[in-house]
Amino acid sequence: MSELAIKARGLSKDFGDLRAVSSLDLDVPRGQIYGFLGPNGSGKSTTIRMLCGLLKPTEGSADVLGVHVPGSTHDLKPRIGYMTQKFSLFGDMTVHENLQFIAEIYSFPVRDRAARIAELLDKYDLVPQAKQLAGTMSGGQKQRLALACAVLHHPELLLLDEPTSAVDPQSRRDFWSNLFRLAEGGTTIMVSTHYMDEAERCHRLAILDEGVKVADGTPQALQADTGMHIVEVTAEDPYAAQAVIYELAEVVSVTQLGVRLRVLIPERISEPVRLVESALAARQLSADVRKTPASLEDVFVAATMDRPVSAT
Amino acid sequence: MRFFGRMLAIIKKEVRQLSRDRLTFGMIVGIPILQILLFGYAINTDVRNLKTAIANESNSDLSRQFIAELGQTQVVDIVGHVATPAELEEQLRMGAISIGVSIPPDFDRRTTDRNRAAINLLVDGSDPTIVGIASQLKAMPVRFDAGAAIESPPPNIEVRAYYNPERRTPVNIIPGLMGIILTLTMTMFTAVAIVRERERGNLELLINTPVTSAELMVGKVIPYIVIGMIQLALILIVGDLLFQVPMRGSIVDLYLAAGAFIAANLSLGLFISTAAKTQFQAMQVTIFFLLPSILLSGFVFPFDGMPRFAQLLGEILPTTHFIRLTRGIMLRDAALLELYPELIALAVFATVMMTAAALRFTKRLD
Repeated sequence: MSELAIKARGLSKDFGDLRAVSSLDLDVPRGQIYGFLGPNGSGKSTTIRMLCGLLKPTEGSADVLGVHVPGSTHDLKPRIGYMTQKFSLFGDMTVHENLQFIAEIYSFPVRDRAARIAELLDKYDLVPQAKQLAGTMSGGQKQRLALACAVLHHPELLLLDEPTSAVDPQSRRDFWSNLFRLAEGGTTIMVSTHYMDEAERCHRLAILDEGVKVADGTPQALQADTGMHIVEVTAEDPYAAQAVIYELAEVVSVTQLGVRLRVLIPERISEPVRLVESALAARQLSADVRKTPASLEDVFVAATMDRPVSAT
Repeated sequence: MRFFGRMLAIIKKEVRQLSRDRLTFGMIVGIPILQILLFGYAINTDVRNLKTAIANESNSDLSRQFIAELGQTQVVDIVGHVATPAELEEQLRMGAISIGVSIPPDFDRRTTDRNRAAINLLVDGSDPTIVGIASQLKAMPVRFDAGAAIESPPPNIEVRAYYNPERRTPVNIIPGLMGIILTLTMTMFTAVAIVRERERGNLELLINTPVTSAELMVGKVIPYIVIGMIQLALILIVGDLLFQVPMRGSIVDLYLAAGAFIAANLSLGLFISTAAKTQFQAMQVTIFFLLPSILLSGFVFPFDGMPRFAQLLGEILPTTHFIRLTRGIMLRDAALLELYPELIALAVFATVMMTAAALRFTKRLD
């Protein structure tokens, strides 16, 4: 048995003239949480849909749990769990009825059904809602039900498409502890997100931008290897400082965080702090300028921006 | 085994959702009963009491005698008398009357003159049915020759209305109405049921499960077949209790015919569901099929009277064939096998639509 749950090579998808995903290579190791980070429209959902056979790739192919995609994915379906971006369970059925339906659809052994459903209701904190119509629940409750339904049949691979986009921070934290528990149990999880804090929790991470994979690795490795100096500027007048810094040809990006500015400057520039300091001094702007380690957000900004600067 | 398990799961789910959707559930029972009451009581081609005004310029005894007899026919309801034919025209134009009877000053003399009309009927020709009814009045004898009426010649042709001797309209309407109601509910419910899953995102979840297209389609369609059968029973019961619509043929034959018809409509509904993106579109397309089903199927207008191309269109529609089957079985006591061309037409329609739907429906999103 291969150590990789998913191995994709040259995966591409066109919608008319638009290339949604472009020659994507992916290696997702078994038993890990693999994050898929990218802005809206970057091709995350399209990739996940191709991997589970919902969409046919225009080019390329993938090996998912040993099954060739594109191809007959019928044998693959019972082995994967899929959680759609939009709530896709039946709003006019109760929580219990939804779980019951999923158990029947997956031909879950009849004698174990009741026990499995009770276990899931308990594990995902849905016991009080068991008889409630799913459509009347809160975002967090719906999401827990969706996860319970996706894992009911003990899938080897879980594909989660922006599972936390409609829930509050507390629910997100609880959701992630559930994911870790599943990963410890040996489930491979591929999760797409546009939250940095979520991406940081993944074992591995791929960053997608306009259908192209622009970075791939562990969060730590990505942070260590941005190819950028990160310069933090604390200015009295951050707005004016930003305008000055932005005029510098060497600067790749300036992001304001409260009174602080995070400035990305390519590594080939030898003295980034002095560069910024002298530019600000020339305009009589006082500021505290220092280098800091890269955050995942910096990785994301460095990876997803237009590439003329980082090309050299 | 798993096939039936998964199909059963879909059926159970569908029934459960249906039982919670009060509006749809109400429509299943409400549409047939409401339509049958409306059509049964409201539509009457045996028209009586047409509003009539009279301009009697003769005012002779003979003319008054004629007016009295005219009133007794029950075809007309004399609502007024005016002085001149011009006033009749005015009332006709205003829509106050449907028929104007103009009796000229020389009425008495004209009654004896075979070459000249004794009476002019001014009829509102904007409604063809009224023209038809008014034509019946032509048969009224107006040759009174000084009180001694000449007996009108015995008619050479006698009409015997087979299967509906009293010519009651509901007897004719209700077997046809079955076709219309089943077309409306079966096609729309199926189309909407699948499009709704797509709209709500349920389909994306379903096609990621081991359920196959066949299980999904058959499972979704079976509850509606049962509903169609229930609707049919409702129409039969109400038709019998309120309108004494006869059931001369075999009820088994009728149900078999209905089975074929429901299959044709469901496959049409499935096909629509593969083309429509929203529930609203699905309903629009259903209406697009429903209108010709009402107008071209022989339900409202006799099929024989339609131009050739309209007949060809009508032959494509399942409703046309089903109405021939129901009228044949219920009214004429025809056996199902005697009507086999209609069954074949339904089977061909169902097969073509089902194939088209299955080809279009894939377990993919693109």
